[in-house]
Amino acid sequence: MIRFRRSISAVLLALVAGAALADTTLLNASYDVARDVFKDYNPLFQKYWKQKTGESIELKQSHGGSSKQVRSVADGLEADVVTMNQANDIEFLADKGLVAKEWSKKFPNNASPYTSTMVFIVRKGNPKAIKDWGDLVAPGVQVIVPHPKNTGNGRNTYLSAWAWAVRQKGGNDKSAQEFLGKLLKNVPLFAAGGRDATTTFMQRQMGDVLITFESEAELIAREFGKGEFAVVYPSLTMQTEFPVAIVDKVVDKKGTRKQAQAYLDYLWSKEGQENAAQNYLRPRDAELLKKYAAQFPPVKTFTVDEVFGGAGKAFATHFKDGGSFDQIYVQK
Amino acid sequence: MTANLATREAGWVRSVLLAVGLGFLFFFLGLPLLAVFVEALAQGLPVYVDALKEPETRSAIVLTIVIALAVLPFNIAFGVAAAWAIAKFDFRGKSLLITLIDLPFAVSPVVAGLVFILLFGAQGTFGPWLAAHEIRIIFAVPGMIIATLFITFPFIARELIPLMQAQGKEEEEAAVSLGASGWQMFWRVTLPNIKWGLLYGVILSNARAMGEFGAVSVVSGHIRGETNTLPLHVEILYNEYNAIGAFAAASILALLALVTLVAKTVVEWNMKKETEMLNTVLAPEKIS
Amino acid sequence: MPAKNHRVLPGFGLALGYTLVYLSLLILLPLGGMVLKASELGFGQIIDIALSERSLAAFRVTFGASLLAAALNAFFGLIVAWILVRYSFPGKRFVDALVDLPFALPTAVAGITLSTLYAGNGWLGRYLEPLGVKIAYTPNGIVVALIFVTLPFVVRTLQPVIEDIESDVEEAAASLGASRWQTFSRVIFPAIAPALLTGFAMAFSRAVGEYGSVIFIAGNLPLISEITPLLIISKLEQYDVLGATALAVVMLAISFVLLLAINFLQWWSANRYKNDEPLEAAAGRAAGAPA
Repeated sequence: MIRFRRSISAVLLALVAGAALADTTLLNASYDVARDVFKDYNPLFQKYWKQKTGESIELKQSHGGSSKQVRSVADGLEADVVTMNQANDIEFLADKGLVAKEWSKKFPNNASPYTSTMVFIVRKGNPKAIKDWGDLVAPGVQVIVPHPKNTGNGRNTYLSAWAWAVRQKGGNDKSAQEFLGKLLKNVPLFAAGGRDATTTFMQRQMGDVLITFESEAELIAREFGKGEFAVVYPSLTMQTEFPVAIVDKVVDKKGTRKQAQAYLDYLWSKEGQENAAQNYLRPRDAELLKKYAAQFPPVKTFTVDEVFGGAGKAFATHFKDGGSFDQIYVQK
Repeated sequence: MTANLATREAGWVRSVLLAVGLGFLFFFLGLPLLAVFVEALAQGLPVYVDALKEPETRSAIVLTIVIALAVLPFNIAFGVAAAWAIAKFDFRGKSLLITLIDLPFAVSPVVAGLVFILLFGAQGTFGPWLAAHEIRIIFAVPGMIIATLFITFPFIARELIPLMQAQGKEEEEAAVSLGASGWQMFWRVTLPNIKWGLLYGVILSNARAMGEFGAVSVVSGHIRGETNTLPLHVEILYNEYNAIGAFAAASILALLALVTLVAKTVVEWNMKKETEMLNTVLAPEKIS
Repeated sequence: MPAKNHRVLPGFGLALGYTLVYLSLLILLPLGGMVLKASELGFGQIIDIALSERSLAAFRVTFGASLLAAALNAFFGLIVAWILVRYSFPGKRFVDALVDLPFALPTAVAGITLSTLYAGNGWLGRYLEPLGVKIAYTPNGIVVALIFVTLPFVVRTLQPVIEDIESDVEEAAASLGASRWQTFSRVIFPAIAPALLTGFAMAFSRAVGEYGSVIFIAGNLPLISEITPLLIISKLEQYDVLGATALAVVMLAISFVLLLAINFLQWWSANRYKNDEPLEAAAGRAAGAPA
């Protein structure tokens, strides 16, 4: 009996703890590798907000797979702002009526305060001489990539390769699909996620090339050592955006719109932009981009909107069940 | 010679069984455990300790233990009740009932979480009502407890049913016919008999409650320092390229599993004392 | 003898009532909700999803690997449980405690660790791969991960039952001239068979749903090493909750039927042993004497 009573009080305690929220708390639901960016950014904003308004603000972070995070928000996770790495995830929230329909216009630069690109990570000295997407289909080359249907990394890689193939002489959707078919034949496994792909490539020494975000190359260096690999920029690659949005439904209920707006606006400030650059994300601010030029070599990029007519459309054509990715596998 | 062999295995059989059993455990359990600690200690003990001192890791440890403790009494009560009804009585549809009890095992943890989102989520069946009454279940600790209850539901019952079936009901029947009340029979006859099975069940469901990732991950909301259990925290640390931190946290979970070593030893010791006492007091009498 | 003494023992109504209420609230209500959700799709569409080439391949991989892993665990688990109960050896307590490890270790950690061990340059992989045995990133890897994840089930269900076998039965069989093997196969094994089946059933059903550890070691190639839970995640990534629940319901239905069969078998074997065979008869039969 005592056991029962104790457990009930434990549950009650947890309930109370869950319901008690300080009046100015913001919850930022974000993708899983975003911690470094916001770990440094949040204190910057707290300081700025305190100076400006005298109000101290508590900032909470939630990290997880991008689409899983937005599904949680749609199912009731009370995040004031979402900071994601895929536009179609915010699109989903807009469809559900949680985020403004024209969310990408609510902030500058397509609501993405910084960008990154997809790059090749090759072994020391680049023994297979991999320079561009075309080299990836050579026989004997093994490409390590996370699952294109289930991970942002994988999708960006797939779309980058597709865009490159379309832009080749005489290239069209059909030739691009053939190219990807050949490319996927050189993929020995689909890693569970971006981080898992890195472990497979660096630690388990599988494959000749890993395709990932430019910003992640730095994290790889931190864990595995800089001299262990080389970064190769292909002739054309995707400019990946990191869209942000206010969750209207939540801020209206909690009365935190003002703070949420300021929190996201501040990402475009000098301090916010510099913090992004320090975390190896390409800032929108031209001056800062110049200042950090050594770390961000110029590269020819495309955006998903230009080549695929929007993130949602790209997703539907290529990664939904029966899309181009599935077609490649079922035909085989 | 046969007389010697008959209640024990021949020496070579023992050796082979020991070699096969221990070899199997070494390759499938020992090496992975070793690998976890090797990764966790890759940069030495100080870095390992620092990784564990991180406040978010500590709050994850606390939450993990709280959830495991909250789940325990529910599981024990259900496990004993279900096993009692199923093992000691005959009724129609027994196999069906057992199968229903097994069902949570067959539900992919990912789906198990989803199931509760469908019920309690903002777009779920009870979502609007809960929101109107400001009750948080999903993306808060109660939801995580419910999901863990679901995942660990069958353990104790399933542990006890075969044991109680094998024991039969003679002893309880004897107790009742000698005039013992239901509770007396339970405390003095049934419980001592099933102690071991109950303990194994508790240990298993406890380990599972602490280690569960999939279902809890779906309903947690992943708020750092608030709704992150250790397994969730491990994943996040790993994804953030903090392998040391991730494996250090995982090693804590492994150590928590080894805590059962202590629990078992204590129970074993107490039981030995008890049986010794019983043996001196009572002459062994058997109903067969 | 059997079945009649319903009334002698108390607490049937209370125990069964509580069991049914708790079961309904925690398990049947949520699962029923899921089935209801999936039924929004309509029967035809659910069948289409279940019978697509990808789904069928995934079902084959998932159920095949799970059966294999559960069978291997039943075999090795019996040996492990036996030596843990009957033999003494140095470090036994530690080994005993180790058995619970797979549950406590988050499945992702298990998957990452196992694929590191079994990859071409891993502690084990480097010796296996020259022999032509590839584990990581093949369907073999799935079996290895599932063996790890479900290992405690068989061992932990068998342990208390083996502990419970009365030594006088064994002695009786032996004194009637049964060899050790005869005693085991005719007296001990029938006694532990229900528990072994239970362990097998639990290991199997747990394996079918496992996701976290498998995706790190499977390789996840469509049609080859793709498991059903991965397809469910794929659907969720497309925000296709309906499709995901449909697949989940089909999976659940298959598991349910298999479990029901196993449990029926278990119930039947337990009853046969308990009711039709008094211990003396079993001992006698073990010794080759007519019962």
